[in-house]
Amino acid sequence: MTFFRFIKDAMGAALRGGPGYWLWMSFLLVLMGVTGWNYTDQWNQGLVITGLSDQVSWGFYIANFAFFVGIAAASVLLVVPAYIFHRKDVKSVVLIGEGMAVAAVLVSMAFVTVDIGRLDRFWHVIPFLGRFNWPNSMLAWDILVLNGYLLLNLAIPMYILWHHYQGKEPPLRRYFIFVIIAMFWAISIHTVTAWVFSSNISRPFWHTSLLAPRFIASAFVAGPALMIVILQLLRRFTVYPISQSVISMLALIMTVAMQINVYFVAAELFTDFYNETAHAASIHYLFLGLDGFDALTAWIWMALLFNLVAMTLLMIHKTRTNMLTLNIACGLGFVGIWIEKGMGLVVTGFIPTPLGEIFEYTPTLKELGVSVGIYALGAFVFTILAKAGIAIQLGHVGQGNPQMERLVANEGEKGKPAVSTGHA
Amino acid sequence: MTEKAKLEQTEDNTDLARRHFLKRLGMVGATGVATATGVAKAVNQPAWGGSSMLDALGDFFQDHYVRMTDQEKQDALERIQRKAKRKFGVDITCEETKPIPGTYFGYALNISKCRGYRECVEGCIRENNQGRDSQVQYIRVLEMNDGDHNLEHSDHYYDPETVPTEGKWYLPVQCMQCDNPPCVKACPVEATWLDDDGIVVIDYNWCIGCRMCMAACPYWARHFNWTEPQIPPEALNPVTNYLGNRPRMKGVVEKCHFCTQRTRKGRQPACMEACPTGARVFGNLLDPNSEIRYILENKTVFRLKEELGTEPKFWYYTDEARARS
Repeated sequence: MTFFRFIKDAMGAALRGGPGYWLWMSFLLVLMGVTGWNYTDQWNQGLVITGLSDQVSWGFYIANFAFFVGIAAASVLLVVPAYIFHRKDVKSVVLIGEGMAVAAVLVSMAFVTVDIGRLDRFWHVIPFLGRFNWPNSMLAWDILVLNGYLLLNLAIPMYILWHHYQGKEPPLRRYFIFVIIAMFWAISIHTVTAWVFSSNISRPFWHTSLLAPRFIASAFVAGPALMIVILQLLRRFTVYPISQSVISMLALIMTVAMQINVYFVAAELFTDFYNETAHAASIHYLFLGLDGFDALTAWIWMALLFNLVAMTLLMIHKTRTNMLTLNIACGLGFVGIWIEKGMGLVVTGFIPTPLGEIFEYTPTLKELGVSVGIYALGAFVFTILAKAGIAIQLGHVGQGNPQMERLVANEGEKGKPAVSTGHA
Repeated sequence: MTEKAKLEQTEDNTDLARRHFLKRLGMVGATGVATATGVAKAVNQPAWGGSSMLDALGDFFQDHYVRMTDQEKQDALERIQRKAKRKFGVDITCEETKPIPGTYFGYALNISKCRGYRECVEGCIRENNQGRDSQVQYIRVLEMNDGDHNLEHSDHYYDPETVPTEGKWYLPVQCMQCDNPPCVKACPVEATWLDDDGIVVIDYNWCIGCRMCMAACPYWARHFNWTEPQIPPEALNPVTNYLGNRPRMKGVVEKCHFCTQRTRKGRQPACMEACPTGARVFGNLLDPNSEIRYILENKTVFRLKEELGTEPKFWYYTDEARARS
């Protein structure tokens, strides 16, 4: 019974808010409406409304899918310090990271959903009911690990929040094993997603063992970048205490991850260009253009520039600790990785085709129209989860002692205390 | 507007109104109980994406090909025929053609003979009911430069009216029916598989349209129906089978299947029949007296991208006989 009241109260908390809150939520709903409107066209006419072709058969949708799986995996960067190293400052925000993971998994799943040609046959992928090509198909693996990750990231925070709702501290031994599983699972989702690409002998650009490590490294740039921005927003719009030490830690992780990522790119460039084989045609197309076709060239150089500037800002102690320059680095890194791992990776793999044809791809307006509400869906889900979670954590909703004193007490040693500038 | 035109307009409107009425009736049928005769009639109206409600439901719940009972297969085949009648106004036959025991098919193509006329491409399209607007082609003939085997230097869009061109040679590429097919491995729902006679087939009703197989294929053999394929009714080949040339729907992948509707009945594939130069040899690899076995044993052959380990059952050869000791 308490559990149902917990769910009801949590939902109630998520739906309480001022005009600013409702403006934000309505805005997101409108964007989702835009997706619905455009998807109806795609449903009726088929994927012909996209810029995709037999030559480039995956594009903007799958690029975003790959990218957002990385964002979801990055929540592990809060999970490890919170549960393994027992850092109290991180523990107070770990639920926010897990909420972000849930939203990001849903976004990536939604991007696959709009990409498939026969959504009406979705039941064919349900194990036992349909026919699941497991363990052979990497896509079957991906379906499995993404759903598992979604479940873990819903269940663990829910278990903790339920206890906090009752004014109790959840017994760590009861859920620690799931935390451990979730940690490995986070790495697995992005590894499997990389293998969806790198398993293809037909696409030399993807067919490299470095792809999965590159995916993880770049995820640990883009993920923390987004987290740093979100934590600042929560600090601004809620009274939830968010320690500066968490942001510093994420910035440091991002610095190292970006260095590794840039190093990986350099390693690939050297190997492919020192003695250029036919297999280097795709990367040649990406960075230099091929036979006069160069739709992605400007983008990839921009991404490289963004990543290098972000890396420099992060490596200098002064600019990493200054919030303005840190935010610039986050923005540049996020966009840089989005280009590099999104369209830069997915589209380039298809050019030239296995038969040597060069056929370029540009997403259509309708395709972007389908996509826009999917981002909004992520923001919407995250807002609801964060709102409900924070209300419970602060003791605004619940049956026991408010958690706030404890959380604020944990603040003690570092960072500025959270100041309320908005309403919870 | 003339009187005649006005009359036609009115007739059109009446027709439209009738169809609207029937469509609505179909929707009522969906919500109602299908016992009343009137409703039973209504559920057979093509209001469900060009299908009746019962056919739409039948399609939705249709099981994977290899799991269907004989009765379910029969129902599925009849649905396909009804659907073709509604869409094209043509009576087609659609049957199940099983692999012939003791056959394992392979193909050999003589590149000394191929002159790039693209008759195989056209013959294939006529036989296999590819969408005409979407220009799906199972066979891609590449115009290659003399002394060069680099596919990236090939021309995919040469003019077949002016061939053969000086300094060029021609390389037709289609599904290689790999014995170790990466597409089959990649498919998340087993909608495509290597059948007993060595042909990689697709259950178009099971494919979810994720296009993983297209990313996996090293020969660019797989094609997607980006929209509902359009075929002029008079161009439709009415003799079809389930795993082969039956009309496809939007959102699914298709490819060359060695004309299962023909070859599983002892006939040649359409591309071989269409080839004017006799460059194509299709046959049973298990038959030691077959022409294809003779070629493999006596000619210099090669396979495309053999280093990938996909074991294609499609060989290229030249007229030069191999020197024998």
